[in-house]
Amino acid sequence: MVGTKQSGVVIPLNVKKIRADFPILAREVHPGIPLVYLDSAATSQKPEAVIESMAEYYRKYNANIHRAVHTLAEEATGLYEGAREKVAEWIGAERPQEIIFTRNATEAINLVAQSWGSIRLRSGDIVLLTEMEHHSNLVPWQILAEARNLRLEFVPLTGNGELDLAAYDKLLGQSPKLVALTQMSNVLGTINPIREIVRSAHRAGAKVLIDAAQSVPHMAVNVRELDADFLAFSAHKMCGPTGIGALYGKTDILREMPPFLGGGDMIRKVEWRSFEPNDLPYTFEAGTPAIAEAVGWGAAIDYLRAIGMSSIHQHEQDVTAYALRRLQEIPGLTILGPGVEKRGGLVAFAMEGIHPHDIAQILDSIGVAVRSGHHCTMPLHTKLNLSATTRASFYLYTLPEEIDVMISGLLKAQKLFA
Amino acid sequence: MDDLYRQQIIDRYKHPLKRGELDPHDLSYEDENPLCGDRIRIDLRTDAKGIITAAAFSGDGCAISQASADLLAEYIEGKSLEEIRSLNKETVLDLLGIELSPIRLKCALLSLKVLKAGAYGLEEARKVE
Repeated sequence: MVGTKQSGVVIPLNVKKIRADFPILAREVHPGIPLVYLDSAATSQKPEAVIESMAEYYRKYNANIHRAVHTLAEEATGLYEGAREKVAEWIGAERPQEIIFTRNATEAINLVAQSWGSIRLRSGDIVLLTEMEHHSNLVPWQILAEARNLRLEFVPLTGNGELDLAAYDKLLGQSPKLVALTQMSNVLGTINPIREIVRSAHRAGAKVLIDAAQSVPHMAVNVRELDADFLAFSAHKMCGPTGIGALYGKTDILREMPPFLGGGDMIRKVEWRSFEPNDLPYTFEAGTPAIAEAVGWGAAIDYLRAIGMSSIHQHEQDVTAYALRRLQEIPGLTILGPGVEKRGGLVAFAMEGIHPHDIAQILDSIGVAVRSGHHCTMPLHTKLNLSATTRASFYLYTLPEEIDVMISGLLKAQKLFA
Repeated sequence: MDDLYRQQIIDRYKHPLKRGELDPHDLSYEDENPLCGDRIRIDLRTDAKGIITAAAFSGDGCAISQASADLLAEYIEGKSLEEIRSLNKETVLDLLGIELSPIRLKCALLSLKVLKAGAYGLEEARKVE
């Protein structure tokens, strides 16, 4: 059942074989109870190849980069810059200099807000967000709005959790300077029609920042096809390590932006009272970066590329369709978000009479890891009139049988609270 | 887990004895656990000697937070406000009769924190954990 068509050829995903690449999937959560990991939207698990690449880096190559002339430093620099090239290629950037390594997608968004915002946003300007944004693409703009007296506007949602595009077009009529939105909602699962959204934004004279934290790990994303001005994403949701993420920016835009953090590596020349900033992308990378993590991210990209993003996406679609079907069998359960054709690999839901924390605790007792809470989208939950939801999220290693385990746990919870 | 959801807790969650608001009341306080969205309000009526003559809770959240609030509201009726000062984590855990992980402990202790903040101010509430 799991497979994908690529130029007419079906490439099946061998999930059993893939699972053997992830050591953690073999562990038990409680004695005799294996892990059923359904929380990949929070962070993905890591394959042995990634873990090993980082250990090997520390065993053989560890040195600080860019400055020293010794052999280790040169090798470490090569590995770090090699990772940048892989990340650039992964999202279709024109050149590696358009990739700025950050701690995560959140820091990437903050970088745009503080740096680009400082030269391009003035009192009264509008930043257009949507009602499905994660706090990471909301709070940085709130901070900036407070400091610079900006106006934040929000594209509303339709009843089934999609963006109201008619309302969006109307809001563009107010000439926002920036549209900042997620490509895929971490709660509703909605995949937004991002290419059309970018096109209309550009026609209205706005730049576009895409929060791709949930999309880049699960589907092929190409910044040039999308014509994105900025794209923010993290390694740890795509089989890579925590502690590293990236901001993609178009060269012309990055060139005019002032530095974000000051320190070593981001300078060309320093005097007592002044400095000259370094070239792209180093001008935005102050201090010793996450070198081993960059190496690990490169290994994660190699790993995902060898499997193929279209196969991974198709597998997740199949698992999600199955999960939706099974969840619909449970009475008193409300599923958030649109149908499978407009949705990525996650499902958030609410069960009548049982709080998500109780559901998550009961599921944990049978080894199932899900997320419960507001998933860093408090305003969205308030709008939906829910204080919290339970979310199951999937990846290339998720088996349909794991959905069955979750369903049995949900029925158990219902019985307990009946 | 089955221990965590003992019948008493499920019963108290589904059929609380002390859920509601007191109107009028002598004391009312509300707070929430921003991490999980559990929200508890406690209303008290006291007599001239500072004895709690009626207690009620309202709010929403998980079974642990709501059952603890219900058990606590029942427990404090007839006690003096001064006695409330000596209530602690163990009081609530004894009422629940279960052990809790650090994360779930926050759910269980929310009602006690609300009670102490209402009776003595936030300073006293912070000592709960």
